[in-house]
Amino acid sequence: MARITLTVNDRERALDVRDPGEPLLFVLRNQLGLTGAKYGCGVGQCGACTVLVDGEAVRSCLVPAGSAAGRAVTTVEHLGTAERPGPLQRAFIEQQAAQCGYCVPGMVMSAAALLRRNPRPTGDEVKRALDGNLCRCGTHQRIIDAVLLAAGTR
Amino acid sequence: MNRREFVFSGGALVVAFTWRRPAAAQAPTEAAPAGRTLATDEVDAFLAIGADGRVTIYSGKVDLGQGLRVAIPQMAAEELGCGVERIAFVEGDTALTPDQGPTAGSTGIMRGGVQIRQAAATAREALLDLAAARLARPRAELALVDGEVRATGGASLGIGELVGGRRLGVKLDPKAPLTNPARFRVIGKPLPRPDVAAKVAGTHRFVHDVVVAGMLHGAVVRPPAVGAKLVEVDEASVAAIGGVRVVRIRDFLGVVAAAEWDAMRAARALKARWSDGTGLVGDAGVRAWMKKGPPVDETLVKRGDAAAALAGAAKRIAAEYYWPMHSHASLGPSCAIADIREGEATIWSASQATHRFRGTIARLLGLARENVRVIYVDGAGCYGMNGHDDAAADAALLSRAVGKPVRVQWTREDELGWDPKGPPQLLALEGAVDDDGRIAAWRTRMWIPRATANLPSMPLLGPQAAGIEQVPGLSTGLISQNGNPPYAVANQEVVVHWLADAPLRPSNLRAPGKIANGFAVESFTDELAAVARQDALAFRLAGLGDPRGIEVVKRAAALIDWQARPSPGPGGVGRGIAYLHYKNNETYVAIAMEAEVDRRSGAIRVRRVGCAHDCGLVINPDGVRAQIEGSILQTLSRALFEEVKFDRARVTSVDFASYPLLRFPDVPRIAIDLVLRQHAPPLGAGEAAATPVAAALANAVYDAAGIRLRDVPFTRERVRAAFG
Ligand code: FES
Ligand code: FES
Repeated sequence: MARITLTVNDRERALDVRDPGEPLLFVLRNQLGLTGAKYGCGVGQCGACTVLVDGEAVRSCLVPAGSAAGRAVTTVEHLGTAERPGPLQRAFIEQQAAQCGYCVPGMVMSAAALLRRNPRPTGDEVKRALDGNLCRCGTHQRIIDAVLLAAGTR
Repeated sequence: MNRREFVFSGGALVVAFTWRRPAAAQAPTEAAPAGRTLATDEVDAFLAIGADGRVTIYSGKVDLGQGLRVAIPQMAAEELGCGVERIAFVEGDTALTPDQGPTAGSTGIMRGGVQIRQAAATAREALLDLAAARLARPRAELALVDGEVRATGGASLGIGELVGGRRLGVKLDPKAPLTNPARFRVIGKPLPRPDVAAKVAGTHRFVHDVVVAGMLHGAVVRPPAVGAKLVEVDEASVAAIGGVRVVRIRDFLGVVAAAEWDAMRAARALKARWSDGTGLVGDAGVRAWMKKGPPVDETLVKRGDAAAALAGAAKRIAAEYYWPMHSHASLGPSCAIADIREGEATIWSASQATHRFRGTIARLLGLARENVRVIYVDGAGCYGMNGHDDAAADAALLSRAVGKPVRVQWTREDELGWDPKGPPQLLALEGAVDDDGRIAAWRTRMWIPRATANLPSMPLLGPQAAGIEQVPGLSTGLISQNGNPPYAVANQEVVVHWLADAPLRPSNLRAPGKIANGFAVESFTDELAAVARQDALAFRLAGLGDPRGIEVVKRAAALIDWQARPSPGPGGVGRGIAYLHYKNNETYVAIAMEAEVDRRSGAIRVRRVGCAHDCGLVINPDGVRAQIEGSILQTLSRALFEEVKFDRARVTSVDFASYPLLRFPDVPRIAIDLVLRQHAPPLGAGEAAATPVAAALANAVYDAAGIRLRDVPFTRERVRAAFG
């Protein structure tokens, strides 16, 4: 059992993990109840688990929880709620950019990271930024439109 | 905790969970409201009116991401004279909802919604009768508006007051009058879906997120070869993880632990020795295997004399088309929770067919059907029968073994390796054009696995390994439809060579069979147009009689500014078109597409896609559009990139590198033209638009580059090879 301290959504959380190599994804979901990040592949190929670490989009299925200690972790839950969505989330809702919605939290986080470093992306820049996020339902066009809408470049 | 309600309130979307006591209190018979009927000829099965005047709709059809959660309430609201915000929607729970059949085959609205609309119309009539008696006013002077019965001249009575909490006690009247489409207020509106806000906020509850009190985490260890027997297990190999229980039931091997990560790493670490498998044909051998059969032949269509007309034709061609096996590749690997104890079972599942699965679980566990409850919770997109039921059976076996609720989360490798696959299809086509440039003769022969008649359920992996008896057989969906040309051809024949087996366990996957058949038929139509040196659009219109078909073909072509000329074109950007009348009697759909081919790399780039779609009555146009977009992009993915790879032992394409999906940079612009026919019956929108995609793409590639792609997927290697 190892004790680690994480800063998640601006709050410090001390927790015990049995395996310091346990991916951040499972710690967020099962110990902190932050189930927005989703398990899709576990090997960094789908983007469903995307969260921000120090403002960068990372695949939380690849990050050992221990290595996130001392860094700022931001999950989709921090951007707003269903009742009070943040601006990027509002754009997704406006575009109805979800079918099953399983990929969507990861899409939102990858897009949030993009907008931090490039507030006014073009359509092609959005596509490139979301290249590592897969959607099986084919919601891509709406997701692109949502990000552009949030950026004011649509 | 079994009821999830979505409450619509004005423009804001509120999601409310009724989270009752978990596990122990879930004896299936207790949780269902006393006296609720689930008989599908009773209005009360579908609809309840609360004392507060709110309406709850109970739907056996479920929302798999396709938007029934708003569309069916729209249909009910229309008949009840209210808005959707008055309506709560309960779906799929076998203890609460009537059995309306699986959510499959584009029947959600066409059958499920239509039935609920009829129940709502019957309810409206019953409410008016009751109010007429209570208010002592003639029926003709009453109207149901916004939850109250209003009489001309002022008197009114809320429906909550009228029947609140009590049963209506009326039979569903198939003749109860439906609202005249000219007066629709709710149907036809692009209302937002009630679940999108929570999905975007990350708080929507998927089956993957469900926590049941006392729940443990399980994982199943599949053999290294299909059909391998378990020889020996080394339990000590997971001792270091601690607290892991190994469960072995004959060849079924699983682990159960308190934490998800422990179960996952234990499943990976567990050492086991397996026998050789039963032997597979391997992906490269599928085509030859199909041709070898031996098949059972059936003639599906016979008009005129195709053989004679082909024999006598001057311009005659033949071609073979191949569609490989595909995975559902749902973005979240299958997951389920089972609580099996004291002769009762509760399953939380994203199954597209909870009611059918209830019977399956009862049979597998030797329980009475009444003692099994399957609670529907959303999964990751489901486009047919994926691994959900397998995962639930795994969870049930593990839960029964350890006496606690167990959650099973498949890995990505489990999902791509073991989900039931869309079956392979091989089609050989022959055709001839006459001197006037019309199709004179046509013959389709198809080699496909034959679905087992009356199979109660697809055989599931866990029970099979555990030696539990299941009815053997194949499940595929109706994969032989749309093998005929949708054009006037005097001499035509469609023959199916049914195969008794499949290379890997098959199941129905979106628009079963019709995507491959449409690919072959509409590609071959283009080949005939090229033989006749005709414009592909004009060639189709010349043979098309159905005005609804003609309309979608013309509108799709207009969406990409179709220029008439024979194919191939001058090079550069090519354009192709394809048309299908889904199942020959449902939705009409045409897709036109522009694509470019890079000769050197072999890469195909789809520039834009236009789709014209006529599914009759449209309940929610935005929902229909989303389904069309999804059908197009998913099928582009399948046609461009996807093929299940397997060797003699097992599936080898078990991650998204070896089983790649369409990515954002590959996404074209899509334009959709919805033909609205609000006076016609609804025909379904979840599948049809997928069926012309591959042919439209192949035709655009031919127009662009003069190469004819007949084997899916259109990989770069294949494109380069086609250039020779
Ligand atoms: S789950 Fe992390 S990238 Fe797929
Ligand atoms: S909406 Fe289903 S995977 Fe993207």
